[in-house]
Amino acid sequence: MSTKEWPLWEVFIRSKQGLSHKHVGSLHAPDAEMAVNNARDLYTRRSEGVSIWVVESSQVFANDPADSDPLFEPSQSKIYRHPTFYEVPDGIEHM
Amino acid sequence: MKEINLTALEHAFQSKIDNDIKIEPKDWMPDAYRKTLIRQISQHAHSEIIGMLPEGNWITRAPNLRRKAVLLAKVQDEAGHGQYLYSAMETLGETRDKSMADLISGKAKYSSIFNYPTLSWADIGAVGWLVDGAAIMNQVALCRTSYGPYARAMVRICKEESFHQRQGFEIMCTLMKGSKEQREMAQDAVNRFWWPALMMFGPSDADSTHSQQSLDWKVKRHTNDELRQSFINATVPQAELIGLTIPDKDLKWNEAKGGYDFGQIDWEEFKQVISGNGPCNAERIAARTKADKEGEWVREAAMAYAEKKNSKKAS
Ligand SMILES: [Fe+2]
Ligand SMILES: [Fe+2]
Repeated sequence: MSTKEWPLWEVFIRSKQGLSHKHVGSLHAPDAEMAVNNARDLYTRRSEGVSIWVVESSQVFANDPADSDPLFEPSQSKIYRHPTFYEVPDGIEHM
Repeated sequence: MKEINLTALEHAFQSKIDNDIKIEPKDWMPDAYRKTLIRQISQHAHSEIIGMLPEGNWITRAPNLRRKAVLLAKVQDEAGHGQYLYSAMETLGETRDKSMADLISGKAKYSSIFNYPTLSWADIGAVGWLVDGAAIMNQVALCRTSYGPYARAMVRICKEESFHQRQGFEIMCTLMKGSKEQREMAQDAVNRFWWPALMMFGPSDADSTHSQQSLDWKVKRHTNDELRQSFINATVPQAELIGLTIPDKDLKWNEAKGGYDFGQIDWEEFKQVISGNGPCNAERIAARTKADKEGEWVREAAMAYAEKKNSKKAS
């Protein structure tokens, strides 16, 4: 096992036309083309998809979960961004 | 100061677990939790990969084209299950190469059941029905495990497993409707696979070293004995329906507990098989080592080709 390990890829599948791609898992492949081929064999054996995206895992950047409280807290206090914040007189429909 | 931080982190971690909030890869987790998961998920992945060998053994000898296509699809699924699980394991920081090296060196374990030989076609029926049946019992419970990537892999695997057990049971049904020799072949397979299938759930709760901590972390959601009992309760009526006899003279319905009482499991046999002395341990590892060796030049060539293409693009 002296060989270098093949890079890791994240796989996204569009399950049907009209829906967005969704992360389904990851796999190893030497390049993007083989990553797509492997993803077909690994994640669509039962027609789970009509389109595949692959992204090299090292290219995914994420926030640090340890900082997620300060990162997402500001939106929690802004309840006026939701329609339920507003009072609508009785008798008003379709608004 | 540092110690206070650690206690706080551990508290926050356990309260997430207690509230059924999944743990995700980048979240803080105790080292022991990470290690437990790496051990359990890699063992599980190895079991899927090694599990292909006893069944792969019969692909070329399946009795007809339908059975052959089905067995091929099933074995391919098991390869997929291994891949999903290795990926889940990698999110914890363990590399696939390291894990594969541990399998080959014998450091890592896999399910003891795959160290038994598949001697007749009926064994393929018994494996699908009993071995996949036992695996499903275990895996359905693991869909609610606390580590997100593991739970998601399990959901996917469980969706694919249901046909595995059915195709095995169908083989048994067909044999039981056949000639006297075929019925005997089916019974012989059950005689050999019944007890090893029960051992798949692992040691009895009283002797299980990792059980309580794993339950507290919700890595495991049921004890070994609970799962074993559910498996027996579900499987015995299936055997009866098609005229197979479970090879356990102590097996008896117990109305009070709403389940079957059953005989003593030979834990010495389990210990022997787990520690490398089963009928096929050496053969399984030899097959895995050979596949790894023979595939090495392909992996190397594919990587070299990819690197060459990349450097051309860059220049
Ligand atoms: Fe499987
Ligand atoms: Fe299976």
